[in-house]
Amino acid sequence: MRKMSEKIVFCKGGGCTAKLGAGVLSHILERLPKGPPDEKLLIGYDSKDDAAVYQVAEDLAIVQTLDFFPPMVEDPYLFGKIAAANALSDVYAMGGEVKTALNIVCFPEDMDLNILGEIMRGGSEMVQAAGGILAGGHSIADNSVKYGLSVTGVVHPKKMYPNNQGTPGDVLILTKKLGVGIICTAARIQEASKEALQEAIASMTTLNKRASEISRSYRVHACTDVTGFGFLGHLHEMMGGRCSCRIEAREVPVMKEALHYADEFFLTAAGQKNRNHLKDFVRFKEVSFAMEEVLFDPQTSGGLLFAVHPDDVENLQKELQAEGLPAKIVGRITEKEEAEIQVG
Amino acid sequence: METKIVDARGLACPLPVVNAKKAVGEFQEDGVLTVLVDNEIAVQNLQKFAAQRGLSAAGEKKADKEYEVKIQVVPGKASASQKKEEAQVGGEVKDDAEEAISCSPDSRKKGMVVVLSANTMGYGEEKLGKALMKAFVFALTKQDVLPETVMCYNSGAYLTCEGSGSLEDFKALEAEGVQILTCGTCLDFYEIKEKLAVGSVTNMYEIVETMERAKIIVRP
Repeated sequence: MRKMSEKIVFCKGGGCTAKLGAGVLSHILERLPKGPPDEKLLIGYDSKDDAAVYQVAEDLAIVQTLDFFPPMVEDPYLFGKIAAANALSDVYAMGGEVKTALNIVCFPEDMDLNILGEIMRGGSEMVQAAGGILAGGHSIADNSVKYGLSVTGVVHPKKMYPNNQGTPGDVLILTKKLGVGIICTAARIQEASKEALQEAIASMTTLNKRASEISRSYRVHACTDVTGFGFLGHLHEMMGGRCSCRIEAREVPVMKEALHYADEFFLTAAGQKNRNHLKDFVRFKEVSFAMEEVLFDPQTSGGLLFAVHPDDVENLQKELQAEGLPAKIVGRITEKEEAEIQVG
Repeated sequence: METKIVDARGLACPLPVVNAKKAVGEFQEDGVLTVLVDNEIAVQNLQKFAAQRGLSAAGEKKADKEYEVKIQVVPGKASASQKKEEAQVGGEVKDDAEEAISCSPDSRKKGMVVVLSANTMGYGEEKLGKALMKAFVFALTKQDVLPETVMCYNSGAYLTCEGSGSLEDFKALEAEGVQILTCGTCLDFYEIKEKLAVGSVTNMYEIVETMERAKIIVRP
C-alpha cells in the first residue's frame, strides 16, 4: 500500500480538525456585505446550516455543499473515501438526495500521481455508493494534499431538515460514535492501536445515507451532521439560541479507545478551540475529563444528530440500530434554561 | 530543584503536551518544567494537562508567537484519575479546569470595553493630549486585566493607523486576543482607510451593540 506519510507535513491536523475555529469564522461571516435577499434561498449561511438550499420549483430545491481538507489517515484511498463521505454528509444532514459531485483537489506537482489516483478512486467509489454521479472537478498544484467534493443534491422544500428547528420535548439521537478526531491524532504520533484506527476508519467511511433515508419516515424537526465543531458545537448550533438541552453523557456513543487517548492527552488544537468557543454555553456535571474532551472532539465524517418527536424516537432508534448503526438516544431538548447545554 | 526545558515551538498539537508529559515523567525530584510553544491554544492544552495531573502551571506570553508555560512538577503527584475523584468529592469538577484555562495569558475581562473617541486625552494643549493618549494605550497593555474590546472613533481612528505612536501597543493587545475596532466612517472621513495598521474596521451598529453589551466602558 502506498503511503503519503513521508510527504505530508506531519501532525498538522487533518480532516475536520483542520477547520477554522467557529469564533473566528462567525466574526468574518457576520461582516460580509449581503446582496439583495432572494426568497428562493431557503437556507444560506445566515443560519449556519450544513448546506445551502435554493428552491427551483414548488416541489424541488437544490442542496449545495462543499467540503475539503488535508489527510487524516495515511492511506490515500481511505483518505479519498473519508473526505468524500464527509462532503456528501451535508446533503444527508439536510434530508436530501445526492445527485452530482465535483472533485476538489490540491496536490503537490512533485508527488507521485498514483497517490492522487488512489485518493480519487476512493472518492469516486463513495459518490457511486451515494447514488450520485461524479461530474467533473478542479485541481491545483499546492504544497500539501487536500481533497474533497462539491456536492449537489435535491430535496423537497417542505421536507428538508433545518439544523435549528428542534422544539422542547424533542429527543436527540446520534447515529455514529464520537472520538475519531482523537483517535486519528493518536495515530499520527503512532500511539493508536490498530483496532482503534480501524474502528475510526470504518465509521468515517460509512455514509450517512441510510440514516438520513430511514429518518424520513419519522417526525424529524432538526438535523445536522457532527463534524469539525464537535458534538457540543453542532448541538449548540441546533439550539439556535431558542432552546436548551440536557445530555446524558453515559448514553453518548463513544469509541472506548478515544477516552483512553484523551486521558493520555493526545489533544488537538481544534478540540481546544471548540472548548473555548463553547465555554459559556456548556455546563458539565460529574463528567470525566476524557469524556469532556471527546464531546469537544472535531469529528471527520461524523454521524447525524436528529431532534425527533418523542413518540417517534423508539422506533427510529430501533430501525437505525437494525441497519447496524450505533445510534443512541443521547438527551432531550428543553425550554430555554440558564445553561444552554447541560451534560451530566 | 530540578529544572527542564521542552522547546515545542513549531510543533502542532498534540506534540507539545505529549513532549511535556514525557518530560514530567522524567523528574526525580520537585522542580519546574518550562515548555515553550508558539500559540495560545497549545498553552491552554498544556494547562489542561497540568490541571488533570494536579500540577500548577502558569502561562506567559513572551512575544509574538512565543509563549512559556511553567509547570511545577511534583514526582508521584496524584494521577489524573485520582485527581478527578478528589475534585468530585468537592462537588463541581468543572471549576478546576475552567480556572486553569482562563488564567494567564488570557487575561481579558469579558464585557470591558475601552473607547478611544479622540487621538488626544483630555482637554488642553494638543501636544500634551497626544502624549497622554500614547501613555494611556501603553499603560493599558501593562494591566493585569485587559479589555475585551478597544474601539476607536472620530479622531481616535488615527491611533490605529500608520504614523500612530501606539501601533506596537495595539498589536501587543491584539496578540493577547483583545479585539481592536476602528470606525469605518471615520477612516473614510479622514481619508486614512488604507493606512489602518492594526485590528479591523467596524460600523455604527457594532459600536452601539458593543457599548450596549459592555459591563464596563473605560474612556480616557
